[in-house]
Amino acid sequence: MRLKLVSSNTSINFLKFHRLAVLFSSILVAGSIGLFAIVGLNLGIDFRGGILIEARHNSGPADIGRLRGELESLGLGDISLQGFGTETDILVRVQRQKGDEKAQIAAIQLVSATLGDDYDVRRTEFVGPTVGAELAEKGMMAVVCALLAIMVYIWFRFEWQFSLAAIIALTHDVLSTIGLFALTSFEFNLATVAAILTIAGYSINDTVVVFDRVRENLRRYKSFTLVDILNKSLNETLSRTVMTSVTTLLALMAIVVFGGAVLRDFAIAMIWGVLIGTYSSVFVAVGLLSRFDIKRNDDDGAETPEYERS
Amino acid sequence: MLQFQLWKKLFVVAIAALGIIYALPNLLNGNKNAAFLPGKKINLGLDLQGGSHLLLRVDIDAVRKERLENLGETIRRDFRTKKIRFSALVVTDDAVSLQLRDKIDGPTAQQIFSDLGSDYTPARDGNVYQIRLNDAGLTLMQTRTVDQSIEIIRRRLDPEGTKEPIIQRQGLDRILVQLPGVDDPEAVKRLLGRTAKLTFQLVDISMTAVEAKQRGRSPPGSVLMESANDDGLIYLIEKRVMVSGEMLDGATATFDQNNRPAVSFVLNSNGARRFGKVTGDNIGRPFAIILDGKVVSAPTIQSQIFGNGQITGDFSVAETNELALVLRAGALPAPLIILEERSIGPGLGADSIAAGEFAAVIGLVLVAVYMGLSYGFFGGLAVAALAINIILIIAALSALQATLTLPGIAGIVLTMGMAVDANVLVFERIREELGKGRSAIAAIDSGYQRAISTIIDSNLTTLFAALFLYIFGSGPIKGFAVTLGIGILTSMFTAVMVTRLLIVIWVERKRPTKLIL
Repeated sequence: MRLKLVSSNTSINFLKFHRLAVLFSSILVAGSIGLFAIVGLNLGIDFRGGILIEARHNSGPADIGRLRGELESLGLGDISLQGFGTETDILVRVQRQKGDEKAQIAAIQLVSATLGDDYDVRRTEFVGPTVGAELAEKGMMAVVCALLAIMVYIWFRFEWQFSLAAIIALTHDVLSTIGLFALTSFEFNLATVAAILTIAGYSINDTVVVFDRVRENLRRYKSFTLVDILNKSLNETLSRTVMTSVTTLLALMAIVVFGGAVLRDFAIAMIWGVLIGTYSSVFVAVGLLSRFDIKRNDDDGAETPEYERS
Repeated sequence: MLQFQLWKKLFVVAIAALGIIYALPNLLNGNKNAAFLPGKKINLGLDLQGGSHLLLRVDIDAVRKERLENLGETIRRDFRTKKIRFSALVVTDDAVSLQLRDKIDGPTAQQIFSDLGSDYTPARDGNVYQIRLNDAGLTLMQTRTVDQSIEIIRRRLDPEGTKEPIIQRQGLDRILVQLPGVDDPEAVKRLLGRTAKLTFQLVDISMTAVEAKQRGRSPPGSVLMESANDDGLIYLIEKRVMVSGEMLDGATATFDQNNRPAVSFVLNSNGARRFGKVTGDNIGRPFAIILDGKVVSAPTIQSQIFGNGQITGDFSVAETNELALVLRAGALPAPLIILEERSIGPGLGADSIAAGEFAAVIGLVLVAVYMGLSYGFFGGLAVAALAINIILIIAALSALQATLTLPGIAGIVLTMGMAVDANVLVFERIREELGKGRSAIAAIDSGYQRAISTIIDSNLTTLFAALFLYIFGSGPIKGFAVTLGIGILTSMFTAVMVTRLLIVIWVERKRPTKLIL
């Protein structure tokens, strides 16, 4: 008896849903861009600059209400205070202070003094305006360079149509993840950039597996229509797609539930990424391939080893 | 694919054995019997072991300004000794400019300028000269200032040389400080927050400070200074420095005769000689103890003072301890500006490790159960390979002495989910081949053959993402990229080599004709 979430011999007509998928993805991407433009991201201190202090009450639950009043009366501008993980732990965020770095350091001291002896400061993070801008720039560079490198690699290993389809699917994943962050106001920080890049890596992994099968089937079934080949390839890899998604999701669930408050948002973003990445591999990347005119008469019909083709 | 030469088998076993040897120190946790092992433990990031990460900028502009002001004074002095008449000597942001009264002094002036050294470039426009600090001079100044700052920071943060801080230059004018195991990050910032430039200067008694302020200008050679204490006093201080911090031989926190916290100091022979002479000549006059441009106290000289003395002021015991430390370590050549700080308490670090480890174990169990249910015996083999994979990741991290961060732990857990992917690809292929009616051995063989190019393609693309994370990431994110990258490489190895070897051994023993997968 084996657990099989997907039977071995499916024959789902995935491409029948192509128009629906185009509609859905268009709305998703447009909505994400819209949310990003109108609502914006809840940028963490990594990019915006500012102060973050995590503290734990050393005898019992934190008195958030009283503390909020005291912190707001400090005149440091926008201060947010929230519980963090457990009822004894709090997280204080202070906006970037006017003036130079010295003003920021003074604000940290002011907040620590207000917390007083009842609280142990467990974490202090401060990012000055200069560094914040640099980190944002580097994060952007990382995402763009990774996408370009992936595109070039796929182009090199497959045909340009595959590369184009893959990069559109990846951009779709990245944009919709940013949309998720705008919608939920989850904090967007350096860890989020790492999550986005990992999502890109995961999603492209999935896409490449399907593309490999498409390439193989294109050579083997010369008489099939392109749509039939794409559907066949998707069905043949479906079992693997589901299997890998589920194992990765299981590991991520473990982080969400047990990994602590710091990693939770990161893991939630990754879970979204696994879902959207899987969807985009099947419906966006392969769907786009069906629109492209893929050259098929490139060899004499003999099965050449896949690895020698470029 | 099912032929596995002996040397390949030995290779796989050797790698796994090496992995276990290098991973072991982490498990034995400082056990003395483990001393024979070659490897070290994983280097924990500051977010896991607790500590302070500080990115500092050395305020070179302050040094340049000071240097140009000194240059102006040198030129003024040299011109006077050579009897050259000049006017409008101005020190700007990057140059000293002046005007010669007499054209005839031109060659002498040029000579003086060229004697200033190769760091300066003079330029002439009629009778107006501009002496600029040139690029070579600027670079040299930057390098020296940053190098000196690093040395002083090390002496301040780690006076006993036991804490193993990382203090390194970053770019032109930045210094990265990573100090593990910090209980009070505020104290660290206080230690770095002041240059601790100490001077003893005489108080100008030709008029009071208030008079000088009302007149709007101080007498030549004197300057107004604020008090370091919250008393609002101002002092009129002679510019000439009697003794400065470099002449200190030592400083310790102590108490004065009224039992108030104070810092006692000892001067070196040069300092003692100078201090002795000035104090001997000025008995009855007040002199000022000046720290970072503010007057700490201005006692009256009662008698000639030589080698040692005391600094008293509005100090707490903690403050005198810190002051004594920074005075011993020496003054910073330039102020330091904190650009970024990330400080983690030891408690939070320990909690993070515990949570991360627990999540990893749960993740492993979930994945193992699911693989077992899906693929039975082969699933079990894949889980065995996964276990070896995790050992190899830990071993690689230990051997490379890469830093494991909290996102790095997430990277390992994530790798577990993705590591089985390569096995899944193979197993699904084998299933397909079996479905086509192939024999067990033929199905396994062609399953591997067909899956390998897919495995390489899909993993290499993910490796690109990890590579760019490493290049552009900083701190914990870099740690994540390292574990992710190592995880991809080891999972490729374990899927293609370890699981296959296990299957080959199984096939050789059982010679299965039928296979249910």
